[in-house]
Amino acid sequence: MSDDNLGWASEVLACLDRVNDPELDESVTSLGFVTGVLVSDDGRVEIGYRLPTYWCAANFAFLMADDMRTEVGRLPWVTSVGVELGDHMYAETINTAMTRGQSFQEAFAAEADGDLDGLRRVFLVKAFQRRQMALLDYLLAAGRSPDTLVALTIAELQSQCVDTGALLLERYLERRGIVGPDGPDAPAFVDEHGRIVAAADFPAHRRTLRRVSVNVEFNGALCRGLLAARFDEPEGEPTLLDFVHGRVKEDRRQAI
Amino acid sequence: MYRTKDGEDIFIIDGHTHFWDASKGNQKNVHGTQFIDCFYAYHKNLSPKDQVWEKEKFEKYDAETMYRDLFVDGPDDMAILQPTFLTDFYNNGFNTTERNSAMAKKHPNRFILNGAFDPRDGEKGLEGLHEQAEKYKLKGVKLYTAEWRGESKGYKLSDKMTYRYLEAAEKLGIKNIHVHKGPTILPLNRDAFDVADVDDAATSFQNLNFIVEHCGLPRLDDFCWIATQETNVYAGLAVALPFIHTRPGYFAHIISELLFWVGEDKILYGSDYAIWTPRWLVEKFMDFELPDDVAKETGVSLTLEAKKKILGLNAARIYGIDIEAQKAKLRAGELVAAE
Repeated sequence: MSDDNLGWASEVLACLDRVNDPELDESVTSLGFVTGVLVSDDGRVEIGYRLPTYWCAANFAFLMADDMRTEVGRLPWVTSVGVELGDHMYAETINTAMTRGQSFQEAFAAEADGDLDGLRRVFLVKAFQRRQMALLDYLLAAGRSPDTLVALTIAELQSQCVDTGALLLERYLERRGIVGPDGPDAPAFVDEHGRIVAAADFPAHRRTLRRVSVNVEFNGALCRGLLAARFDEPEGEPTLLDFVHGRVKEDRRQAI
Repeated sequence: MYRTKDGEDIFIIDGHTHFWDASKGNQKNVHGTQFIDCFYAYHKNLSPKDQVWEKEKFEKYDAETMYRDLFVDGPDDMAILQPTFLTDFYNNGFNTTERNSAMAKKHPNRFILNGAFDPRDGEKGLEGLHEQAEKYKLKGVKLYTAEWRGESKGYKLSDKMTYRYLEAAEKLGIKNIHVHKGPTILPLNRDAFDVADVDDAATSFQNLNFIVEHCGLPRLDDFCWIATQETNVYAGLAVALPFIHTRPGYFAHIISELLFWVGEDKILYGSDYAIWTPRWLVEKFMDFELPDDVAKETGVSLTLEAKKKILGLNAARIYGIDIEAQKAKLRAGELVAAE
């Protein structure tokens, strides 16, 4: 691979970092789903990915492949994107659909019941809730009171978060628009229907968020574990992508 | 029987066990291979290292091994056998009621044998349910609503035909409806994880108990919401419990949510044997204490009383087991065996 190609591969990986497993709200790269990226001189990209079980839901598998195709296709030098799922009971159907540019409905015909937009939205809302939970946990731990938090506008909130909080805020605001208008004067913390949370309802609101977060984290732990067991990789070991991203420290590289 | 450090005996009913055959010879196709591989990944990933089996043993174990793991080496006093047919993947099925019945027949005081139905079998299936109920004296069934079949992507408990089956079940004295709402068996479409149909059926069939296996994982959040509104909805702990070893922090959150929303009277222990063995699960559960921050946030506690209910008293109540009488039977059985 030439230097150009290596640079291109990094660009592709940066795109893939933005593609999330819809259910776990984590990127397909950090979950270890992406197994390889190939870039040819004429701008063709081939992406390989895998999932924790042979049975992982076909709709989620499709959504991720579709998102990868779309996200990488935005790079100006890319001429075509191939996405290939391995070791999955619907690998062939999904891979063919990716090659032909089919929708989920077209690919699965009688087996599918409509487009995936509804499903996508359900999980974007859950991601919104989970990200809000993480940000609220941080702010409450930093000594903010629920009363002041529920009164904040988005602009006010933005002026208050620094360091760790800034990253949590960024992640939260990425999803804030899912449930309603998210201009600077909009309330910062709203429920899953975009409604303002009254101070009196704050504990109940937080418990709802907690329930969603616990569930997502539990699923995430299960998926990581199954992936590791399935492909016999010890959990927590660096993957190929960690090396490409420079996430592995020098002494670790030498050890491996 | 589990004996506490204070010498108290706790009666344990394992709400979820299987006696399967996934051996190479019984595998019909690649799906059969992949299915047991997936179970094995669950087993390997969540079991303590010294409890991990060889793959071959995991594919097929004999009746003696199962008996020993549950009742001799393990603390179970009784266990419920839940069938999983999968006849498309395995020549003789994976874990059929018939296969399980041989086990139950051999040890009648130890096992509760559950059946199964699928409303997509129509009128013929209804007849089959009557026959099963009579033959095996069923008190419970296990349902897989998410199972794909031909062009069908699953069914709902709220479907008209399911209602007819549930009506029949009620008449036949099948009081306990275990519904698999958990990690998938077959790939699912958008609604298959949905637990809302349990809400509907539980409201319509107040005399039946709905045990949501795997407590609705991966939809615990939706499940808790439903279970809190219905008095006859229970949570089965299989798959959630093993996290007590690998991720005790997550398990603390899960069990506290269940205690808060579902309550200690409606949670049922299950090992999901042979995916996991009961001994370490029960020992770790008995030793488990909720971390202070979790207890404080949810306002719940996991008392010894709650643990006793989860491990046996709740299942005994819904299956009509008289624990003292059962203990006497088991003691008598041991004496006979010893002679």
